[in-house]
Amino acid sequence: MADLSINFAGIKSPNPFWLASAPPTNSGAQIHKAFEAGWGGAVWKTIGAPVLNVSNRYGALHYGGQKMLAINNVELISDRPLEVNLREIREIKKLWPERAVIVSAMVESTAEAWRDIVLRIEDTGADGIELNYGCPHGMSERGMGAAVGQVPQYCEQITHWVTSVAKIPVIVKLTPNVTNISYPAKAAVAGGADAISLINTINSIIGVNLDTLELNPNIGGKGGHGGYAGPAVKPIALHLLSQVATTPEVAKSGLPISGMGGISTWKDAAEFLLLGATSLQVCTAVMHYGYRLVEDLIDGLSNWMDQKGFKTIGDVVGKSVHRISDFNDFDLSFRAVARIDTDKCIKCDLCYIACNDTAHQCIDLYADGQKVEPGFDIRVNGRQVADTRPQPVVREDDCVGCALCYNVCPVDNCISMVEVPSGRKSITWNQLTKQRPEIADWDGMEKYREEVGIEIH
Amino acid sequence: MEKAVNQRPLTELQEALSEQLPPLSAHEAVVEANRCLYCYDAPCTQACPTHIDIPRFIKKIATGNVLGSAKTILEANFLGATCARVCPVQELCEGACVLGSDHKPIQIGRLQRYATDYVYQQKTEVFKAGAPTGRKVAVVGSGPAGISCAAELAKLGHSVTLFEKRELAGGLSTYGIIVLREPVEVALSEVEALKRLGVEVRTKMELGKNLSFDELRTKFDAVFLGLGLGAVPAMGIPGEEHIQDGLEWIEASKMKPLDTIKAGDNVVVVGAGNTAIDAATIAKRLGAERVTMVYRRTEAEMTAYPHEYQFARLEGIDYRFLTQPVRVVTDRGKVVGLECIRMKLGAPDASGRPAPEPVPGSEFVLPADQIIKAIGQEKPALVKELGLEAEKGYIRVNHDFATSIPGVYAGGDCVRAKGTASTVMAVQDGKLAAKSIHSALVAKGAAND
Repeated sequence: MADLSINFAGIKSPNPFWLASAPPTNSGAQIHKAFEAGWGGAVWKTIGAPVLNVSNRYGALHYGGQKMLAINNVELISDRPLEVNLREIREIKKLWPERAVIVSAMVESTAEAWRDIVLRIEDTGADGIELNYGCPHGMSERGMGAAVGQVPQYCEQITHWVTSVAKIPVIVKLTPNVTNISYPAKAAVAGGADAISLINTINSIIGVNLDTLELNPNIGGKGGHGGYAGPAVKPIALHLLSQVATTPEVAKSGLPISGMGGISTWKDAAEFLLLGATSLQVCTAVMHYGYRLVEDLIDGLSNWMDQKGFKTIGDVVGKSVHRISDFNDFDLSFRAVARIDTDKCIKCDLCYIACNDTAHQCIDLYADGQKVEPGFDIRVNGRQVADTRPQPVVREDDCVGCALCYNVCPVDNCISMVEVPSGRKSITWNQLTKQRPEIADWDGMEKYREEVGIEIH
Repeated sequence: MEKAVNQRPLTELQEALSEQLPPLSAHEAVVEANRCLYCYDAPCTQACPTHIDIPRFIKKIATGNVLGSAKTILEANFLGATCARVCPVQELCEGACVLGSDHKPIQIGRLQRYATDYVYQQKTEVFKAGAPTGRKVAVVGSGPAGISCAAELAKLGHSVTLFEKRELAGGLSTYGIIVLREPVEVALSEVEALKRLGVEVRTKMELGKNLSFDELRTKFDAVFLGLGLGAVPAMGIPGEEHIQDGLEWIEASKMKPLDTIKAGDNVVVVGAGNTAIDAATIAKRLGAERVTMVYRRTEAEMTAYPHEYQFARLEGIDYRFLTQPVRVVTDRGKVVGLECIRMKLGAPDASGRPAPEPVPGSEFVLPADQIIKAIGQEKPALVKELGLEAEKGYIRVNHDFATSIPGVYAGGDCVRAKGTASTVMAVQDGKLAAKSIHSALVAKGAAND
């Protein structure tokens, strides 16, 4: 069985699954329960400046009958007295010495305030500190959270204040609410951080109530942006993770990354590991289903690692990072076409309409070897119409391999994207524009296309 | 007031016969609607005789646009609430669902019921009568074909008068579909919707009795006949007068207080079609200890839908196949049994099915204190009387549902020389006939101008 334990910048944890700093880690009693369920670590809900909370803190995105594809919140950092939190942190660490207890902190942006909180956290015996540079609401308006994370200079400055005092590992948590996350990531490295974590929540408004025209969530007639998290943000998180992992300054520093953003299953977890995360933080899925979720996170990940022959988490971390590439380095001669398995096809024709309305018009309908148009005779009826339904067929010569049909198809493994030889030599846009600068003009492009046999339909 | 003859409390009897499937809750409907793949050029839509755009109406349930959903249904099928209940969906839309092969098909019928019930419960008007054309159309018979035709014509602005021989409009939906499948109120609410479209509904008007065909043809610009079928045929066996008519038995279960009806202890139903199953179900649910269906052919030749047959089996109804009644056995004026003879299958008959032949000397008596027959209905009686050309005893119509008499159209069971008689087919006939009538009236109007 695979060894799931990790050593994250010196913070040891029996498995990579940590509860993210959020409502599930609000108190000692909760974290105790979570550790009993098997969580490898927990990042204590951010402590620091005094706050007051409001009601209707959460809004959620539900889609197609599926509840909570994402959640949005305007809850602030811990509203419990600092002393209570610090006492409970100490108790938990004493009770669970082999689990990772990290404390998230956020205070006003002065060296003194940060120094004070760092010392008090260290005094609890906690394993590490996470600097909350991400909170997008409430705190940012007070010059904290995302207000720091969005300005690389502040990010570096404060990280420096903390790392020059702290004796335990310092993790800098990045906000996704920036145009280029590599800048704050570099700032964290420059500030002396021991590790990076991402993503914090994304600015969002869940919606508008169509009965009252109030915002959702409605806070006494008002509403505003909150932090968006959950399964729907996973692809964004994976992108930002890969961007940070491939930022040369970060890669060179060797700082471990704690990945989060929509992790709900062991499959999500494996993907975060493959794209460079060493520890994994979870929040929304637990807020939906409770701490018990960790059992399958561990079990599923462990089984997958065994199947793949991965012995340790370290074997998995970053395994797919080298595949991250710019468009300009993709092979322009790579060609795949869609192929429909007629035995599996249920003839819902979703591929047909998607291709014909919105893609490249290369799926036709065939009945008895004849190409037919959609539509039916209004005098014919009965269930047997299903027996003579035409079969969607891909016109492979015209298929650009966009993979829309493949993604639309509701049947597992019915449409596959099959690699076919393009008959052209491998070449990237970067190589091509160097070799043939004239393709920057349409005339040159047309000539090149003709030369290599690229036909646009 | 008729005397109560059934000892069981009325509420219990009503419960026993009440609509079998509960309505979908709003949540159930949305969950089920979200399961729909939203097929393009969908087979369910093709399979529906009225070609309701099923994925569209289901998608609208999923988005919370229930009014739009109901409108999508009712535009294609004015009797959407009836069809949602009585359609053999397994043979039509649901039978064609692409999910049927390895999943459960979408419950299209129940979703349709959810959407159409919504507009009737909310009392929302889905349609308005069209701008008046000044044309008058008479529709005779208020069954599904007649209502459908009348509604479509009213939507197009024609002035429509609907004549019905019975006391209540709605035809088979009102009188002939057991409450388990469609409560009377549903049928009547469709009649009310029709009235709100401005259609004048005149009941107790019977063609050939107090309603003159010639007068209709002169007073109206067009006539549509949705006459349905005739009575249950005679069996021609001794003691026939003791045999109850299946349709009347079903009608009583819908119209009379249920404690005034009593099923026998030992009920024999002659026939094995869908109506026979309905009649048997009523008997069973009203307290019959034993209900036996008697059919002269075998399981394979039954006209009942497979799902209906299965339903009957689950109700605990027995079947005697290859059994032909020959005589009602009575004792002091009371039915005590049905003498039958065993049959065997011979060469194919005119229907293409193997003809049953009696096995000599195989007579036996089935104990029975109530005998009901449901052996189909006679062809429409009025065809000849009205001077209409017939096809196999049904009214002959062309592709446009026009009869041999100019200006006279017909649809529904009375023209069903081919295909299966069903509510939804009748609705489609009425709808298509209305289109033909409209075209003819518009053309006539243009010619007169």
